[in-house]
Amino acid sequence: MTPELFITRHNHLIDPFVHVWSWQIPVYLFLGGWVAGNMILTGYFMLGGRHTRRSPLLSALPGLSLVLLSLGMLALFLDLEHKAYVWRLYTTFQWTSPMSWGSWILLLVYPALVVTWLVRPPVLLEDLSQTVERITSTLQARRDIVRTIGITSIVLGVALGVYTGVLLSSLVARPLWNTGILGVLFLASGVSAAAAFGHLVTQRPDERALTVRIDNVVLASELGILALFLVAMLNGNAQQVDAAGLVLGGPFTAPFWVFVVGLGIVIPLIIQLLAVRHWIQHTPIAPIMVMAGGLALRWVLVLAGQVSRWAPGTMGMQ
Amino acid sequence: MARYGMAIDTRLCVGCMDCVVACKTENRVPEGFDRDWIAYETAGTFPALRQEIRSERCNHCDNPPCVACCPTGASHVDEFGQIVLVTRNECIGCKACLASCPYDARFVHPQGYADKCTFCVHRVKEGLDPACVSVCPTHCFTFGDLDDPDSAISRKLASRRSHPLLPAAGTRPRIFYLD
Repeated sequence: MTPELFITRHNHLIDPFVHVWSWQIPVYLFLGGWVAGNMILTGYFMLGGRHTRRSPLLSALPGLSLVLLSLGMLALFLDLEHKAYVWRLYTTFQWTSPMSWGSWILLLVYPALVVTWLVRPPVLLEDLSQTVERITSTLQARRDIVRTIGITSIVLGVALGVYTGVLLSSLVARPLWNTGILGVLFLASGVSAAAAFGHLVTQRPDERALTVRIDNVVLASELGILALFLVAMLNGNAQQVDAAGLVLGGPFTAPFWVFVVGLGIVIPLIIQLLAVRHWIQHTPIAPIMVMAGGLALRWVLVLAGQVSRWAPGTMGMQ
Repeated sequence: MARYGMAIDTRLCVGCMDCVVACKTENRVPEGFDRDWIAYETAGTFPALRQEIRSERCNHCDNPPCVACCPTGASHVDEFGQIVLVTRNECIGCKACLASCPYDARFVHPQGYADKCTFCVHRVKEGLDPACVSVCPTHCFTFGDLDDPDSAISRKLASRRSHPLLPAAGTRPRIFYLD
C-alpha cells in the first residue's frame, strides 16, 4: 500500500508540487525549436543550391529567426527571478549544465543567422545597401563558403533543437522529463514547425511542395518518437510509470491527446497527405495546426513534468 | 578536509518543530518559507500501521543535481565541509536547481535568488552545531564529519541501521535517518 506523507512545509513554487516554470518556458522552448528548424531548413536549402536563385523563403527564414530567437530570450528573461544578474551566464561555462551550454550556443546562433541571411538577403535589403549587395555577391561566388555556412547552420540548428529538450531531460528529479528521447522529440517538433511555416507563407509551388513533404515526413517521425517516449516511460522505473500516467488517464490526458497528438499531428498530417496527392487543395489550416501543436507539446510537457515526482513511498520506509 | 553530514534518530524525533523555528530565527528565513520541515510518513494497513517522523532539509548530496545544472556556478559544493551552498550574487533565479532537486528542498527567496539549508555554515565555522541541532529537545540530531571514523556521527552510523531519502535517485544524500 502506498505510504501517506504529510509535510509541514508550504514553500511558494514548490508545494504541493513544483510549479517553477509558467508560460515563459514553453514559449521559449517552442521559439527556440522553431528557430532550430529554420536553421536546418536554411542549411538544407543552401546545400541544395537554392541560394543561387531568388527564394523568398530562404531570404525570410534567417531574418525571421533573429526576431523569434530574441522573443524567446525575452520570454526566458521574464522568467528569471534575479534578473539583474543575468550577465552571470556569460562570465562562466559550466559544462555539466545544459542551460550554460544553451546560453553559449545562443550566442553562436546570432552571428550564424546574420551570415546565413547575407547569402540570400531579401531584395529590399540588397537594394537599400550596396555593402550588403557586395557581401552577397562575394559569398555567392564562393561555393565552398556557402557550403560551410550551410553545414554550420544545420549543425547549430541541431544543437539548438536538441538543447531545448535536454534542458528538461537532464533533471532527474522530474521523471516525465528524465529521458533522452525528449531532445530528439523537440528537435523533430522544431523542424516540423519550420517546415509548416514555410508551407504556410511561401507563394512558390515548388517551395510549398518541398516544405509540405518535409513536414509530412517529420510529423510521421514525431508520432513514432512520441510512441517511443511513452513506451520508454512505461518500461522505466516506478516513478516513470507513474509519470506516464499523467498523459495516460491522468490530468494531462485530454490536452496531450487532443491538442498535441490529434489536432497538432494526426489531423494536419492527414490533410497534408491528401493535399500532396492533389485530392484536396493546400490549406493554411494544416500548417497553423502543426505550429500550434508544437507549442502545445512544450506547454503540456513542461506543466506535466513539474507535476511528476518521486513518489512519497520511496522516501525510505522499508 | 571534512565532509559534513547529519544523522537523525527517528525513534527520538517527536515532530515538535523546534528545529524549524530555530532555523527560521537563526537564518532569518522569510515568512511563508522553510529551509527545514517535518515529514510524517505512515505506511501499512490499519491496524498494522507504522509511522516515521522526520526533520527534513537539503541533503547536501555528494552528487548534487542542483550544482550540476546551475548555469552560473552559483550553486556549488563549498570547500568548507563540502557543504552545498548558493552564492547569492551569482544566482540568476532560473529555478533549474529547484526543478532538479528530488527532495524539493530549495525555494526562491523573495529577493530573487535560490535559497535552502546551509547547515548553518556560519555557526559550524565557529565550532558550533547548526541551529536545528543545538535546540532539539530530544537530541535526535548528530552532526559531524562523515570522513572522520572517530566522529560521533560516524560512530552512530556504524552502530545503527539507517536510511537516506530516495537513494535510487543517485544523489548520494548526506543526511541519514536512524531506524
